[in-house]
Amino acid sequence: MAKAFDEMTALGDGCRSGYELVQAWLAATPAETLRQRQQEAELLFRRIGITFAVYGDAEGEERLIPFDIVPRVLTRPEWQRLSKGLEQRVNALNMFLKDIYGKGEVLKAGVVPEDLVYRNPYFRPEMQGMQLPHDIYVMIAGIDIVRVDADTFYVLEDNARTPSGVSYMLENREVMMRLFPDLCARHRIAPVENYADELLATLKSVAPDSAPGEPTVAVLTPGAFNSAYYEHSFLADKLGVELVEGRDLFVRENIVYMRTTEGPKRLDVIYRRVDDDFIDPLAFRPDSVLGVPGLLSAYRAGNVTLANAVGTGCADDKAVYSYMPEIVRFYTGAEPILSNVPTWRCREPDALKYVLEHLPELVVKEVDGSGGYGMLVGPKADSATIENFRQKLIRDPSKFIAQPTLALSTVPTFVGEGVAPRHVDLRPYVLTGADGVKTVPGGLTRVALKEGSLVVNSSQGGGTKDTWVVDVPITDAAIMQFQQQQQQQSRHRP
Amino acid sequence: MLSRTADSLYWLSRYVERAENTARIIDAASRLAALPAGYGSATNEWESALAATGSKENFAAHYDEATPETVVEFLAFSPQNPSSIKNCLENARTNARSVRTALTTELWETINSAWLELKNYSPRDHNLSRLADFLRFVKQTSLSFDGSAYRTMLRSDSYCFTRIGVYMERADATARILDVKYHVLLPPGAQVGGSLDYFQWSSILRSVSALTAYHWVYRQNLKPWLVADLLILNQQMPRSIASCYENLTRYLDMLARHYGRQGPSQRHARSTFTRLQNANLDDVFQSGLHEFLSEFIADNNRLGSQINEQYLI
Repeated sequence: MAKAFDEMTALGDGCRSGYELVQAWLAATPAETLRQRQQEAELLFRRIGITFAVYGDAEGEERLIPFDIVPRVLTRPEWQRLSKGLEQRVNALNMFLKDIYGKGEVLKAGVVPEDLVYRNPYFRPEMQGMQLPHDIYVMIAGIDIVRVDADTFYVLEDNARTPSGVSYMLENREVMMRLFPDLCARHRIAPVENYADELLATLKSVAPDSAPGEPTVAVLTPGAFNSAYYEHSFLADKLGVELVEGRDLFVRENIVYMRTTEGPKRLDVIYRRVDDDFIDPLAFRPDSVLGVPGLLSAYRAGNVTLANAVGTGCADDKAVYSYMPEIVRFYTGAEPILSNVPTWRCREPDALKYVLEHLPELVVKEVDGSGGYGMLVGPKADSATIENFRQKLIRDPSKFIAQPTLALSTVPTFVGEGVAPRHVDLRPYVLTGADGVKTVPGGLTRVALKEGSLVVNSSQGGGTKDTWVVDVPITDAAIMQFQQQQQQQSRHRP
Repeated sequence: MLSRTADSLYWLSRYVERAENTARIIDAASRLAALPAGYGSATNEWESALAATGSKENFAAHYDEATPETVVEFLAFSPQNPSSIKNCLENARTNARSVRTALTTELWETINSAWLELKNYSPRDHNLSRLADFLRFVKQTSLSFDGSAYRTMLRSDSYCFTRIGVYMERADATARILDVKYHVLLPPGAQVGGSLDYFQWSSILRSVSALTAYHWVYRQNLKPWLVADLLILNQQMPRSIASCYENLTRYLDMLARHYGRQGPSQRHARSTFTRLQNANLDDVFQSGLHEFLSEFIADNNRLGSQINEQYLI
């Protein structure tokens, strides 16, 4: 595997634009001081209680996601290109969803194979022919991006169901501002704090026409034992809306109500963090206790908006993913700004043949897997694991896609003994409302803390770091001032 | 406010209050049990502790004999006892976690740290000073919880529901403690007296933290009917039934003003409070103390169901 591109130093020992102050700071700060700051950061996270529950953990333990104090920097021009690409991609996703639940032109034109959509486990026939406000299906998208060199960003995955992690984006910034006010103040960092406002505006903008007056919005959570419960309560708090569970809601004459101390209150928009399968026991899984009986019929009657819509899962499937460049071209008539990672669809015999011949070099993923589970990382796997996967592939090739192992970019990361490069990805959050697409500059950077590891998922021991979109160039005066201040501080150190 | 949120706030404070009451009952029982054998009575103090917490039957289903060890284990730690102190604090924390956004940081931290500290104590600690530490910790938790609520919560409907939970639980506990001891609180003229009774009355007062208050209010020796007066009718006494109802009426009315409408729970609380205000001790004893108390306990439960129907479901 080629040596990874480092976002601070490129490949040599230089410094890329935007990172000047961070590099000077890292050079001037002893590891001991960094360690102290790291501990302070952890303390802050623990005190605020930013935890996630680990599934399968008998104790039901609540853990912290490790936070790294070295920020990741993107320059404004880099971000502008990314955000244009994200806008284009999410628009295409929305048009695709409207199309497959409507006329199905993309299928008739042979751009995407029909069975990929109609046999998709996340395709919901209930959604066919429904008219959604402003034709928006995916109000909140999390698009996972990886970088391989100075100019190349790839989309790794489109999350169009219930993308999580945005609370970390906001808390990471909060903690950085508290711990390193100087460093933050000397950059012009694009703010992310307005995310909650933008989200609320987005949700209100897609309220059903029948909503009386100012729409009432709520966040729907599976409950306090869900792994992302902290995020759900965090969002409800920041949005200033109720955090509801299924049992707090009921449907009467196709209208959704919350049970409140003042009697039933009509609900117009639900930012739901409960999967399709569990959302309405009358329509989907009858054993679900998380859902609201009758919710789907209220939805179909146009009396409530669900964000995201039901049935969006068949657009973020890894098999559909491989068609995204074609999908973007089909609906926008333009070339995709953001590329896909080159992908072999194992359902195609030629691709399968190639994949089987090159398994030790490839990453193989289940089309409906997530969280880093159920995948093969060829270069890291022993021959028994590879053989095992080969059998699975031969048995059911259409369940898999394969990609080359990418040399993901690295960012300097504090790892205990010092600062070292670690692989990262990026999840920007893209909001789509009645007045178009908005992206808060930055997103959640996830970092693989183990040396050489490419797996950044928190369930697999990954951490997060703050992501800065900065205006460049950083002035010479700012650099000089910063260096003087660092020198002064080191003089005063006993 | 969501009904579930109100329900969690209400039960959160009821559980904290219940944990404290149980700690006080264990405390009083262990004082009485520590008396020299000469004062010993036919009744077992540990059995009456079980009766005062309303868990006699449940205890009998799990243990053969009421010894200090079995009762302390059952009342303080047992997972089989839904009202054990440990279960109360755990339930309080579960409720708190599900409505975290409705709590102030101070309230959440009180509950969360109590839940963490709870792990340091186990039923194996039968050593007396260790037990005393544990009971002190439980009372401290409840004080700190009440204090945080008083000092940090917005005076909104959330605050009302936490207060209502406290006073519902407290009224029930005071009535139960008295009911268990009603036989030593007989009216003057009945066959009473002796040092055993003296210790029993003082233990009742201790279990509701009112021994000093008694002396302040009545300025005389412990007299059983005055103990009953203090704990049932005296509005100055924060754990008396009348004081609990004064507060229940206040916070239910505050809710009614807040929501612009009142219902059965307001009317019920007000009429109970008026009855208590107009009653005197003779009336109470006339009908029989035990009868009075068991009627009150049932009546208090009715108020609980009305609050539940009106706001919590």
